[in-house]
Amino acid sequence: MDQSRIRNFSIIAHIDHGKSTLADRILELTDAVSARDMRAQVLDSMELERERGITIKAQAVRVSWKGYELNLIDTPGHVDFTYEVSRSLQACEGALLVVDAAQGIEAQTLANAYLATENGLEIVPVVNKIDLPAADPDGAAMEVADLLGDDPAKVVRISAKTGENVADILDAIVERVPAPSGESDAPPRALVFDSSYDQYRGVVAFLRVVDGSFSRRETLVAMAAETRFEAEELGFFSPTMTPVESLSAGEVGYVVTGLKDVSRLRVGDTITSVARPAAEPLPGYKDVKPMVFAGLFPTDSDTYPELRDALERLKLNDGALFYEPETSQALGFGFRCGFLGLLHMEIVRERLEREFDLDLLVTAPNVAYRVLERNAEWLEVHNPAEFPREVDEVEEPFVRASIIVPKEYVGAVMELCNERRGTFDHMEYLSPERVHLTYELPLGEIVLDYYDQLKSRTRGYASFDYDLAGFKAGNLVRVDVLVANEPVDALSLIIHRDFAYERGRLLVDKLREEIPRQMFDVPIQAAIGSRVIARETVKARRKDVIAKCYGGDISRKRKLLENQKKGKKRMKQVGMVEVPQEAFLAVLNIGQQGKS
Amino acid sequence: MDDGGARHLYVHLPFCAHRCGYCDFVTVVGRSGQHAAYVDALLRELELEGGVLASDLETVFLGGGTPTFTALPDLVRLLEALPPALEVTVEANPETVTAELAVALRRAGVTRVSLGAQSFRPELLRVLERVAGPDDVRRAVHHLRDAQFDNISLDLIYGIPGQSASDLEADLDDALALEPEHLSCYELEAKPGTRFTHTWGEELARQADAMEDYFERVVARVTGAGYRWYETANFCRGLERASGRDLRSRHNLGYWLGHDYLGIGIGAVTTIENRRWRNTPRIGRYLEALAAGRAPERELEPLGGDVRARERVMLGLRLDEPLSLAGLDDALDADGLARVEQLGLARRVGGKRSLTLTERGRFLGDAVTVELLA
Repeated sequence: MDQSRIRNFSIIAHIDHGKSTLADRILELTDAVSARDMRAQVLDSMELERERGITIKAQAVRVSWKGYELNLIDTPGHVDFTYEVSRSLQACEGALLVVDAAQGIEAQTLANAYLATENGLEIVPVVNKIDLPAADPDGAAMEVADLLGDDPAKVVRISAKTGENVADILDAIVERVPAPSGESDAPPRALVFDSSYDQYRGVVAFLRVVDGSFSRRETLVAMAAETRFEAEELGFFSPTMTPVESLSAGEVGYVVTGLKDVSRLRVGDTITSVARPAAEPLPGYKDVKPMVFAGLFPTDSDTYPELRDALERLKLNDGALFYEPETSQALGFGFRCGFLGLLHMEIVRERLEREFDLDLLVTAPNVAYRVLERNAEWLEVHNPAEFPREVDEVEEPFVRASIIVPKEYVGAVMELCNERRGTFDHMEYLSPERVHLTYELPLGEIVLDYYDQLKSRTRGYASFDYDLAGFKAGNLVRVDVLVANEPVDALSLIIHRDFAYERGRLLVDKLREEIPRQMFDVPIQAAIGSRVIARETVKARRKDVIAKCYGGDISRKRKLLENQKKGKKRMKQVGMVEVPQEAFLAVLNIGQQGKS
Repeated sequence: MDDGGARHLYVHLPFCAHRCGYCDFVTVVGRSGQHAAYVDALLRELELEGGVLASDLETVFLGGGTPTFTALPDLVRLLEALPPALEVTVEANPETVTAELAVALRRAGVTRVSLGAQSFRPELLRVLERVAGPDDVRRAVHHLRDAQFDNISLDLIYGIPGQSASDLEADLDDALALEPEHLSCYELEAKPGTRFTHTWGEELARQADAMEDYFERVVARVTGAGYRWYETANFCRGLERASGRDLRSRHNLGYWLGHDYLGIGIGAVTTIENRRWRNTPRIGRYLEALAAGRAPERELEPLGGDVRARERVMLGLRLDEPLSLAGLDDALDADGLARVEQLGLARRVGGKRSLTLTERGRFLGDAVTVELLA
């Protein structure tokens, strides 16, 4: 196809602002799918995505409109996947910026709109849901136009639900979005903007061909990973997989690689041919590193092998997931896992529980820390239990957080950000009613329950997005929890010195409630190094014996004691103390609820 | 003489004037019309099962219910028909003990009476729904003494809703003032699902901390008065105050030492070698079966050697005398044994061939047993 007849675009929208519905309408309108056959919301293929209303994995669909080939590239809709979003955007020349006519701009929309602008994309603003009784299409159009420095008249007003004016969008794409402008005769280069794993065909990579062309059966190479593979099949989605003999400059499609490991072909890499290699890769490749870590343990230790297999299988589809075996004296065998962010963690956890039917215990999440120990070397620590008790310097990851709220909640948001060691950066009015705030915040403060707190303190009105802003020094300490003078590894945490006492007190109080009384006094302490910051005692039981035991009571009583013995065997042993797993669970739970 | 049979016989007499809220025994309220038929059935069952008994019984125990609520002619007829034994105990409620009854029991060969006093505080007796008042208990003891009974046991309950520590001390004083040969002190067990728990559960939960040391108080007060704490809940006069007599309940010792026993009557349990059975608790079915000359319906529980060994540990550790460990290796958890020794809850004695609990270990008897069981 002649590049001048191609238009590549994405849809940028906040969750619930109608991206998927709009995609469905576009497919219908272009006859890619008949309305009758269409499963609602074709693009969101995973069960989980459909239920959560978010898109995890991008896909690309080719449709025809008035003699043009339009490629709709779907983007993941969340902050954790910013890098993946940026790759998807890089594969396009234009983007639809969809805003809910009743809600206006949200923080996430804003972040992705900036991302699109930075990538040089032509933005076609769209106000959706004009059919809603609460819609304010003019107000929303004004907000979007202000944001883009555009004329409100150029904002397309639609209802994806009813289909009203959707054709106008397609016309606008053809008119306003530039055609691709790669060099058709140059050595081939294609950007990998997503990939997925098929158990029979291996890694399937989604490509945007920038220069030259690729042919089936050609030997290709991913330039950053230096992975070689044969193009077993080339094709595009319409929306089903449609094989072709070649893909050329400007086109979007897929390549079946036969690779068995998704990590060997990462998003952002550049593919070229071995026969005629490009000199330079496309710009912007980053090796994404997990920033949020947590221990995942099976509640039933017998299911450890199942957990290992499940993680292995998830990893095939999720190059950003990291895991390694971890042994906790309190929780047994499990894995320390690394995630891009909290949502990524939630998704992995839910998939493990839902698709693999596993019962999991998840430790309080922490971030990656950089630690300088006794002037030796900087090391990166992902697990509080490995955090040295004495350090010279510590650095923690910071983010630039972007929050949009109705103006009456500005005070509440500022208060929350201050509590979480935030530094105020900037505030502006998007409209007379809505304010955009930016703060710099430690990521470690966000991974606890920042988002829940933000939502509850703003009655759900706040929207929030962030991107990483590098590491900075932090006054962080390791707090250990000791039961009968033995540290409980799973409960250690890294925390700012100012919050250590409060958190230590909370953990100790909770444990005292949860640990059953033993045959001896059990001291429970929270400590920074050798300094105890909180202490409680579980007093010894004074009596534990059933008064009456005669001929008719013996069997019942024996069974009772035998059951208690079985229960004991299931308990976790911390030194001489027996702690039911539920106790750790309850404590980990407050860890995740944060400082409430 | 030991001819290999069971030397302990338990006879269940379920009839009561009233069912107390906390009681979870098999009881039948009223039905005086059935007493004679029930005694007939008991004797029929004894005929059917008597083969498991030794020719010389050590003990017979009539428990209830309220055995002394049974119509006196029927009760006497039963006692006279039962085989003789060295110790014959009858449980009695104080209000049922008249001079006439006391003499009748004595004449019928009863050697020991166990009186359900429970408390001497009228308001606490009301909470327990007991019919008798404090003076009934004293009167009953006097009637029994007049009839030459020299082995009387009193039952007390502690941990009653509303019972203060001084109430408890007063109950113990009142009981000891009657100079019983034997005293049983039970913590009130509020069984889930009972009417009593429904009414008093919250109150008991609220008092739990305050009542935590009642057991210790009971033991301190009663042993201080010269009694021997020979089983978790049981005390008897020490030898020096008993003219050299061993006043422990020989019948109950049989249970705690893991002996075989035959139980007859509704809900009664029998343990013979590798079998244990429990009779149907339903009086209608019981009478019907025995009237037809059949054994009553029973729940049978096979007992392996391992089970009996575990029971010997569980029961033996309730006693003040050391438990012989011979043959119990497989029933014991070596790590658990080391742990309870380290915690000062138990120690091995007699060249490590026996195990005895320390005082604190006895207060934590169940926890220690759980620790020790394999």
